Amino acid sequence: MSRWDLKLSPYLYISPFFLLFAIVGLFPIAFTAVISFQEWDLVRNSGEFVGFDQYIWILGQPQFWTALRNTFSIFLLSSVPQLILALFIAAMLDRNIRAKTFWRMSVLLPFVMAPVAVALIFSNMFGDNHGLVNGILTDLGLNPIPWHKDPFWSHIAIATMVNFRWTGYNALILLAAMQAVPREYYEAATVDGANAFRQFWSITLPSLRPTLIFVIITATIGGLQIFDEPRMFDNTGEGGPAQQWLTITLYLYNIGWGEFNFGRAAALAWILFLIILAIGLINLLITRRVVRDEGGRGEIAPRRRKGIRR
Amino acid sequence: MTSLDTPPLAIVEENIPNARRRWRGERTTRIRGVRAGTWVYIGLGVVAASAIFPYYWSFLIGSGTASTINDPNMSWIPGGNFIANALSVVNDSAVNFWVALWNSIFSSTVIAASVVVFSTLAGWAFAKLRFRGRGWLLAFIVATLAVPTQLGVVPLYILFADLGWTGNIGAIIIPALTSAFGVFWMTQYLSQSVPDELIEAARVDGASMIRTFWTIGVVAARPAAAMLFLFTFVGAWNNFFWPFIVLDRQSPTLPVALSLLQSNYFVDYSIVLAGVLLATIPLLILFAFAGKQLVNGIMAGAVKG
Repeated sequence: MSRWDLKLSPYLYISPFFLLFAIVGLFPIAFTAVISFQEWDLVRNSGEFVGFDQYIWILGQPQFWTALRNTFSIFLLSSVPQLILALFIAAMLDRNIRAKTFWRMSVLLPFVMAPVAVALIFSNMFGDNHGLVNGILTDLGLNPIPWHKDPFWSHIAIATMVNFRWTGYNALILLAAMQAVPREYYEAATVDGANAFRQFWSITLPSLRPTLIFVIITATIGGLQIFDEPRMFDNTGEGGPAQQWLTITLYLYNIGWGEFNFGRAAALAWILFLIILAIGLINLLITRRVVRDEGGRGEIAPRRRKGIRR
Repeated sequence: MTSLDTPPLAIVEENIPNARRRWRGERTTRIRGVRAGTWVYIGLGVVAASAIFPYYWSFLIGSGTASTINDPNMSWIPGGNFIANALSVVNDSAVNFWVALWNSIFSSTVIAASVVVFSTLAGWAFAKLRFRGRGWLLAFIVATLAVPTQLGVVPLYILFADLGWTGNIGAIIIPALTSAFGVFWMTQYLSQSVPDELIEAARVDGASMIRTFWTIGVVAARPAAAMLFLFTFVGAWNNFFWPFIVLDRQSPTLPVALSLLQSNYFVDYSIVLAGVLLATIPLLILFAFAGKQLVNGIMAGAVKG
């Protein structure tokens, strides 16, 4: 009885998860692959095998390449400034400040707002004619910016929405990593006469590497799937009259539920997955290199210690 | 379909309340015992102000009239129309606000509760029980975290359309009942916070597996379970892509209702932004009570160098 208990119990505990996961997680992934090789018939609710036709169709669409470019552009415009800002915010929060919890909570406040809500507020602020931002620009004697016409500026506007919601979140992750840096390093540096900036650059930043890579990877996976913000940037949800801010997921939605072509949508979903996988592998390669650097940290540390004696 | 966009990688117990304390307790105040300078507070003040500003802006526009947004000399003091605008959102038959509110509360609660239960069970098994296939099953779960939501939506939609469940709140609950991230989170936490000797002692005393799980596992898991609940709840509440696909105008969730609001009143931003704020209030209340735990949860989940 007891032995059976010992052998069987672990599987009983994990089985509910795996059963549900197989039905709503694994089965759809496999089935997407099947559908992507078919011309799906909505009426009969079945498909006809067409080989790679759907993939070829997608790759032949100029919209796909525009969407790909837009996705990467918005991703870069959001993740790079976001990380730099998050680093600075984390560094400020890492100081010995009063009311720590208050500041940490206020930094996280945007995180609870739904991306759709964020998008509605910011697309209002970035209105072409009467928006807040253009109002300020004209008050300053500058030209208003065509936020909804120009591809680059529309990407900036959408990236701003992403940054608003995620900067504080990433700052807190980086803060946790900063607090794990042994304080002796800072003691040594202070004795050495290094200022706060130098300490940040030479101690904090190198120690944050694994966390930074983790944040970059998750930002990449999330960024390549961006949908809510571009969908809500205007009231048609088409990604702009000339696809200025059409992203891959938005394109997928428009193919799947605008044109009801499930075969093509499934093919696009797999293309998106392969892109994410490829970038994930590149990230992994970089991570490996950095991990090797991490191993070499032992060589750097004694040098620092020597520095104290000098 | 995980409802969390960026799963943290590992749990560091000192950020979790009630977790075992380590030696790091006092270190922050020692070397940097010097209080932060004014510029730090100014910097943080700017950050906090920009976090609050969009909330204020939506109140400002949402409390005005349809013409407020077009007024070049707009006042920075809120107008008196917020309640009127909010009421026109609530009473708009095309938006179904109360249905959306109930759907959001119901689905997010069920999803978060279910994720916590299944993740605690599986996490306990992965963290503290020995069985064949444990290593690669866990690795498999972690690997699925990189799979985008989009990869499952077409077949899921076909499936739910087949069942006649499109427009039904069940269609957004069922795919979200489990979470690979949740299992990973609980595994990390339980393997760090429960000493093996404790379980051995319980086994020696003749406790069954389920009793060990109940008296040791569940009790130890409570802080991490609370955070997982919070994160899953917020994620499910704010989720848009899948509900937008599978739900319809009659029975939306709040984000879907907001998207309908924009297509209804694309000119009247005062009503749209009143609706935005209205839909955000429930989560703001949650944040007021549980924001500290949310902060701790994020910091607990970070990778440390």
